[in-house]
Amino acid sequence: MIRVEGLTKDYGLRRAIEDLTFDAQKGEILGFLGPNGAGKTTTMRILTGYMPPTSGTAQVAGFDVVDQSLEVRRRVGYMPETVPLYPDMTVFDYLKFMADLRQVADAEDRVDELLERLGLLDRAESYIANLSKGMRQRVGLAQALVHSPEVLILDEPTIGLDPVQIIEVRNLIKELGKDHTILLSTHILSEAQQVCNRVMIINRGRIVAEDTPERLQDRLTGSRRVSVQVGGDGDGLASVVAAVPGVARLMEKEDGRLEFETVPGMDPRAEVARAVIQAGYDLLEMRPYGVSLEEIFLELTRDEPTPPQPAEEELLDESISDLKDLNLKS
Amino acid sequence: MINVWTIAKREYRLYFSSPVAYMLAFFLFLVLGFFFSYSIQIAASAMGMQQGYVPGVDITLQPMAVMLVLLTPALTTRLLAEERRLGTIELLMTAPVRDWELVVGKWLGAFMLLLTYLAVSLIYPMILNQLISPGVDQGPLLTGYLGLILLSAATVAVGVFVSSLFSNQIAAFAATMGVVIFLWWIISVIGQVAGQTGGATELARYLDYSGHFYDNLLRGVVDLRDVTYYLSVTALSLFLSAMSIEVRRWG
Repeated sequence: MIRVEGLTKDYGLRRAIEDLTFDAQKGEILGFLGPNGAGKTTTMRILTGYMPPTSGTAQVAGFDVVDQSLEVRRRVGYMPETVPLYPDMTVFDYLKFMADLRQVADAEDRVDELLERLGLLDRAESYIANLSKGMRQRVGLAQALVHSPEVLILDEPTIGLDPVQIIEVRNLIKELGKDHTILLSTHILSEAQQVCNRVMIINRGRIVAEDTPERLQDRLTGSRRVSVQVGGDGDGLASVVAAVPGVARLMEKEDGRLEFETVPGMDPRAEVARAVIQAGYDLLEMRPYGVSLEEIFLELTRDEPTPPQPAEEELLDESISDLKDLNLKS
Repeated sequence: MINVWTIAKREYRLYFSSPVAYMLAFFLFLVLGFFFSYSIQIAASAMGMQQGYVPGVDITLQPMAVMLVLLTPALTTRLLAEERRLGTIELLMTAPVRDWELVVGKWLGAFMLLLTYLAVSLIYPMILNQLISPGVDQGPLLTGYLGLILLSAATVAVGVFVSSLFSNQIAAFAATMGVVIFLWWIISVIGQVAGQTGGATELARYLDYSGHFYDNLLRGVVDLRDVTYYLSVTALSLFLSAMSIEVRRWG
């Protein structure tokens, strides 16, 4: 559906993206992950026919974005980062206008259908100027969907929303992923992890890693992290667990709980469980979890080791873009 | 082509859902009404009777031309500059709409509003027709309105072009006003200063935005050169607007 080869874009002397190559299959939700200024929006603008690349080629739904721009634009729904709306139009009129521009047959019925699907029916006659940020975001999504495009390109679809709205939008995207190919950008790692089938990490205009969220974790860490919880204060537990072959990097977290990383390629969980029980502890919980994408991301974009504590839902600040990039793909 | 109509329709409606269309109509018809009643009063006065002054359609068409030129910047400034400021230009540029369709649609929307004003203004010649015998002179009426239509088309096109260059509406407004005043008044002044003959005068006369209207069309003369002039200004401005959008894609 999307096929990009050697895509490069210069703004004057500044190179925004360099030699990007990737593709997205039909029905795939591809996440574009990277700090601000990494080149996500530039790539999306090229794919939507907004502007041509400096060099390289890109095809969307089988059409070239430069030579067959109009064909591409007919098949792409695009929601830019700052959702572009006309404040002096009502929601219905705006969507009707977009549907007409896209030459949708039975535009009014289609707009009604979308209003219902996105929970905007009671706002149809409201002026866009009076809508909340979350509502505007929905109108922006409706606009991108109005012509049932084969490919949806969403630039930071959850930015500026409150947590409830974020969950709503994510669920919506997942649902849309069933019949559309979606390329979405985000700088929220857990979002990419939750929503996407495949994640591309981009930093300073280059792809530094690309895989499924799970495989990305496996490949980059090669080891898994396991948390063990026993009853009581668990004195001496660490030495018992550390003695099991295959256990590396042990960390005591709090009374009765510790975490260890496995030696790559080994799964010592069964032995650990046996050893813990044989030593007379009450094993309450043993839970494996992956390293969060955030840690991977930090590892990829910085060369010093990162604190192991996984942080949920944290936005990466601009400074990451200044950190040294490290091409782990090679 | 249908895209042109979609965009034009939105612009046209938007003028009426904001105060713009009504405010401009207020000013326009205030001025027209003033000149009209003033001229009728003069004609009806003892002095006017003595001199045999019979008002013609120019008592409406002449101020109308000036008003259209002066009001157009208020209409056109918004067209592309606001799209750029709101970011909605990104929407239009990624919709399956060609750049020229966008530009022509914007132009048509504003042009249709001026046509609406022109249609309403027909009421003055109709009233005048009742007041004087043997009625108004049909020739200058038709060519005068043809002139106003051409003038509106060209002025709106110039406005669209200036609007395509700016994202700041105030800057766009000032620039459009400057360009329009230059075309309407300054060129003819340059022509007069340059002297009676010579290439510069010829050029100034050909470029004179107001001259093509006043000297011929308002007097009932249709010269192909005048029509060509206004149509050329329209086409060139729209072409440059489309180029301006195209250029920004590469930015």
